[in-house]
Amino acid sequence: MLTLEGLRLCWEGWSLSAEMTIGEGARVGILGPSGAGKSTLLSAIAGYLDPCEGRILWKGQDLAGLAPAERPVSMIFQDNNLFPHLTAAENVGLGLRPDLRLSRDQKAAVEGALERVGLAGLGGRKPGQLSGGQAARVTLARTLLRRKPLILLDEPFGALGPALRREMLSLVDELAEDTGATLLMVSHEPNDARAIAREVVLVADGLAHPPAPTEAIFANPPAALKDYLGT
Amino acid sequence: MAGSRRPIRRPPVPGLLALALVLLVTLGALAAVALRAEGIGSLSRSDWLAVRFTLLQATLSAVLSVALAIPVARALARRRFAGRRALVTLLGAPFVLPVIVAVLGLISVFGQNGLVSRALGLFGLPPLSIYGLHGVVLAHVFFNLPLATRLILQGWLAIPAERFRLAASLGFGPGDVARILERPMLRQVVPGAFLVIFLLCLTSFAVALTLGGGPRATTVELAIYQAFRFDFDLSRAALLALVQVLVAGSIALVALRLTPPDGIGAGLDRVVTRWDSTGPWSIALDAAAIALAGAFLLVPLAMIVLKGVAGLGSLPASVFLAAGRSLAVALASMALTLALALPLAAWVVRGRARLVDALGTMSIALSPLVIGTGLFILLFPLVDPARVALPVTALVNAVMSLPFALRALVPALGAVEAAFGPLADGLGMNGFARLRLLWLPRLRRPLGFVAGLSAALSVGDLGVVTLFASPEGGTLPLALYRLMGAYRMDDAAAAALLLLICSLAVFWVFDRGGRVDADS
Repeated sequence: MLTLEGLRLCWEGWSLSAEMTIGEGARVGILGPSGAGKSTLLSAIAGYLDPCEGRILWKGQDLAGLAPAERPVSMIFQDNNLFPHLTAAENVGLGLRPDLRLSRDQKAAVEGALERVGLAGLGGRKPGQLSGGQAARVTLARTLLRRKPLILLDEPFGALGPALRREMLSLVDELAEDTGATLLMVSHEPNDARAIAREVVLVADGLAHPPAPTEAIFANPPAALKDYLGT
Repeated sequence: MAGSRRPIRRPPVPGLLALALVLLVTLGALAAVALRAEGIGSLSRSDWLAVRFTLLQATLSAVLSVALAIPVARALARRRFAGRRALVTLLGAPFVLPVIVAVLGLISVFGQNGLVSRALGLFGLPPLSIYGLHGVVLAHVFFNLPLATRLILQGWLAIPAERFRLAASLGFGPGDVARILERPMLRQVVPGAFLVIFLLCLTSFAVALTLGGGPRATTVELAIYQAFRFDFDLSRAALLALVQVLVAGSIALVALRLTPPDGIGAGLDRVVTRWDSTGPWSIALDAAAIALAGAFLLVPLAMIVLKGVAGLGSLPASVFLAAGRSLAVALASMALTLALALPLAAWVVRGRARLVDALGTMSIALSPLVIGTGLFILLFPLVDPARVALPVTALVNAVMSLPFALRALVPALGAVEAAFGPLADGLGMNGFARLRLLWLPRLRRPLGFVAGLSAALSVGDLGVVTLFASPEGGTLPLALYRLMGAYRMDDAAAAALLLLICSLAVFWVFDRGGRVDADS
């Protein structure tokens, strides 16, 4: 269970408050106008930004002071999810050991993860030799291997077209199902959020609202969401 | 959100160690100099003459370099011609060209028996003499005209092409373009270029050593050397070193507030299409500027090759041994430069930008000869200076290369961290893993460039080694200087060619090594 307790994030004369709990295994879409602080909220949970007030807890444990890699979090960024100078297998292997000194078992696990995302035999290629969809799958294979209970997606797969992006999101959904992970996804695309998120956190006017069921919120959007959707 | 990363609370240990070593060398040397120097009041008349000559030659060199660079840069900015790229590349060459090689080339063109003197002889005119003020200025212009041209060319190419299109549509003539577009740019760029060159000439040693001398053409740096070599008067050398620090340091402090441009900048390949300069006069003027500048740079180098190639086979073995020592010093200096620059760059990228400026200022105020004097004073009671000549040379060369290295590495590492830092943080790639798996592979090009640059600068350096080395234990530039002093000009020409080959080769090998097979 992820708890944001009296959380306030500050950034150059701007701030965002959040007070909520998100259950384990949840699928949460984070929506709101650009500049509202959606990505900043993910950054704080992932440990890239220290809150100026409040606490972030995972299963009751305060995450303050933990470096990004020490948190129970895997983050998928908008871009630069793979190192272009390393092979697909090496990029995946970094999820097991950040110095890449992998044992034989770990190498087999990397192969297995690549196979799981449909990239069997492509481990030797570098990202430049992969298509956009294949590169996204490499990122997912690493996320799968890391087995972190919390997966944060910051406008993921922005380089892909809508159909391919939807395909990747449903793969994310499957992988999260396999591992029982909790998903938080920032998206510009309300339809992406509707496709996999069962709950929506609306971020607007300096406030991250507690999660509300997706269908209900789209059926009867509050004013801030209405403004954003332009309906 | 950009820039929302957590700041690093503690300074990184490798960066601290690197900074400590740099400060130990520089400030340690400065402290030794300051303690050993006796009373500013005891400066003699000849010392004051040296200060005056230093300032005079630096002023003349900088004025001439910049003034001559303006027509060359303008021609390069507005003309397309075969060989333009080669010429722009050539403008970067003096940076890795050993000073003493260039001096020898200039002597063979402008010296007593040089090409120009012989041409004058055909008309019954007396030969030129290259020694003294005009020789020092000539050599400094040779080195800094290309730098000034690059800096000013950058300024020209920074004027948006749209402005020239607008000027054409408004029917501007050349005078209007100069008044409205070009002169405002020059007013911004020229003072910075002047200052950079003035400071470089203020601390240049090898040129004064080879072409200066005597009561009327001795710089402070040369006076330090003479106090060492001829009188072995360490306190006088220390006093002169302190004078050099005060003069250069005070000017550097003022000058660097104006944040001078750096000459390493790329992207000089572009030519802006112009509509205002199609008259025959302006074409002839540009052609003349390019031809003269090209000849001024190329003929001395060509003379080195022509005169040296015959004697290359008959060089004494001692010269090749000196070349071997030079290469060893260069490799050590390169390794040390990288070992210092990378941790410092990592520290700077995490929020200590002023460090680069401070080190840049310090490297100007503390010339190699000043540091050499200080280290000599420190080491002399402990060891035979000749035995540590080569390690000290490598160390001082590395410290002197550091500002250039940081200027190349800091922006590159900043870009790598901006793109991949969050991913590496998220995966827990810290310390050695981050170095091995992220920084080294992503920084291959700038690291190759820095390695090549620092090795080439070190191969050609004729500075601190003159204070420490014994006649039989010196580097190739020192051996070359001794051959010139003994008037063995054929051997000197061959040794100069060997040195030229060494410095270009080390630069090419490392710079190239960083480029091949690099992943985008």
